[in-house]
Amino acid sequence: MPGVLWLTVFFLIPYIIIIIYSFLTSGIYGGVELPFTLEAYSKMLVNAGYWQILWRTVWISIIATSICVGLGLPAAYFIATSKHRNIFLTLVIIPFWTNFLVRIFGWMVILGRNGLINSFLQLLGLKEPLSFMYTPGAVILVIVYMYLPYMILPLYSAIEKFDFRLIEAAMDLGAKRAQAIWKVLIPSIRGGIGAGVILVFIPALGSYAIPDLVGGADGAMLGNLIARQLTVARNWPSSSAISMIFLLISTLGLLVYLRINKVQNKRRVQVSEIYMKEEEG
Amino acid sequence: MKDYSVVLTNVTKIFDNEFTAVDNVSLKIEQGEFFSLLGPSGCGKTTILRMIAGFEDPTSGSIMLNGKNIIGTPPNEREVNTVFQNYALFPHLNVFENIAFSLRLRKEKEEEIRQKVMNMIDLTRLNGHVEKMPSQLSGGQKQRVAIARALVGKPTVLLLDEPLAALDAKLRQHMLVELDTIHDEVGITFIYVTHDQSEAMSISDHVAVMNEGEIIQYGTPFEVYESPVNAFVANFIGETNFFTGTVEKVEEEYFMLDTGRFGKIWFYKDMEVKIGQVIQVSLRPEKVKVTKEKPITPQGIKINILEGTVDETIYLGSQTKYTIAVGNHYLQAFKQHVRYLLDEVIITWKDRVYVWWFADDSYVLREPGGVSIEE
Repeated sequence: MPGVLWLTVFFLIPYIIIIIYSFLTSGIYGGVELPFTLEAYSKMLVNAGYWQILWRTVWISIIATSICVGLGLPAAYFIATSKHRNIFLTLVIIPFWTNFLVRIFGWMVILGRNGLINSFLQLLGLKEPLSFMYTPGAVILVIVYMYLPYMILPLYSAIEKFDFRLIEAAMDLGAKRAQAIWKVLIPSIRGGIGAGVILVFIPALGSYAIPDLVGGADGAMLGNLIARQLTVARNWPSSSAISMIFLLISTLGLLVYLRINKVQNKRRVQVSEIYMKEEEG
Repeated sequence: MKDYSVVLTNVTKIFDNEFTAVDNVSLKIEQGEFFSLLGPSGCGKTTILRMIAGFEDPTSGSIMLNGKNIIGTPPNEREVNTVFQNYALFPHLNVFENIAFSLRLRKEKEEEIRQKVMNMIDLTRLNGHVEKMPSQLSGGQKQRVAIARALVGKPTVLLLDEPLAALDAKLRQHMLVELDTIHDEVGITFIYVTHDQSEAMSISDHVAVMNEGEIIQYGTPFEVYESPVNAFVANFIGETNFFTGTVEKVEEEYFMLDTGRFGKIWFYKDMEVKIGQVIQVSLRPEKVKVTKEKPITPQGIKINILEGTVDETIYLGSQTKYTIAVGNHYLQAFKQHVRYLLDEVIITWKDRVYVWWFADDSYVLREPGGVSIEE
């Protein structure tokens, strides 16, 4: 019951408000007015700029999540099999002790035109400073940096529970070490991978501060668009409508994830069905 | 010359430069036999198994598999498969896919895989469980899947690491018979590791009894039971009565031992003894008889007769285990109830009884000393 109450007050009611707002007319100085209209949605559909940002948001999130999986798996494996796992786990968590925004500014110091990297490269003889800032690449880099712990932690807890004797069993049955990891470890920690992907992908989609500070015009994402519509354009129905699109994409992502899980289960059943038929026949 | 499947020569394994798990072990395991490594936990038997499987390398010595030195060969390239103690079934794969695992790695044709897996399922009587996940199986079924998975790739040696330890007593008996049947059917070498002497005794062709990294005795189950080399083996394999004393008289077939505790007792001279020599003898309790009447000494056969009081009885249905107090010392005697017990005079607690046995039913331990039960 407290859960339902919590969801109603902090999730359902705000969303209902946003849904209603998205179908209302925009007031001149912000806010919303009657009558109900589909204007916010119809304007959005024909605006190429929206589509561009929407598409960018999706691919930036997908790439950042993929990189997190690629970096998180070996890191979590290393931590889970290390004797000093507590030390490494602490190292993973330490960045959380520093404010989120401060850490973004930290990256600006590193990536900027007169930043650490460029200063170093100029020492080596580079003439023109390279521009890392205000690119989708910078956004991806900082998203990966911010959300990697959310990938490592569920992966770590899955690998930690994994029975490593299964790796031995696989090698005993003829698998090379890499094969054993791919065919036994990875499927066994599927739940952890799924949790990590969701924990990184959803907040990556909703990024606001990161693209705002390091993304510039080329790296703007949905979150920035929503904020701009709300504050600069003072078009509340429009920002509400974009929020609905955002909800739609997150839900789609979740559905795809559930679907993948389901398909894998189905494939297993099919194999045995073939066998059962043979047995009968 | 016999064909040996696995030959260990002077194998030693030292962990972290300090703990000697296996100490200079040499073993020859025949082609197609059911061989057991038997010993208390921590005696090094599992380490030997892991060295044969390839999970550990010996610190020194050589291991030959079918005539080839396999040291340095990774586990995936050895024609040896293992049935792990906790089965180690892949939790994300169903029974069919667990068994098919090694075949899929070899990229065999779907048709062949199905055929081979089906044969294994028939052999291990898993029909009807093909589509189940490991979590849906009972202990005995998991065990069978583990065996089928290990056998499907046709290894030349099957290693079994305490495979029945997690099963309850009744099921263990059943699986033991099944293992024996499977062994007969596939005809490959089985190397079985256990701490349970009754398991090892009942199915093995040969047994090696281990303690503290060394092989104490190698032989058939009969040999290790009836003629244990020392008190450790006698005590580990079954229960026994020990007699320690100095030889007082030597005849052609028998010798007399002054045991102190039980007085002067005749034993069969199954090895040369000298007067004054200190000897340790093992006498299995089932060979000791307990009667209320004094037995009549037969002609030409030496028997030992002692008088005592029944101190403790453990009735097990098929037999009763008696502890008889002879003076201040105790003897174990197992009486098999071959006749209908209720019609007999039951021997019970505090009864005065005669404890007696044929002098030839004992065995002189070749390595006296060591572990002994002083009572």
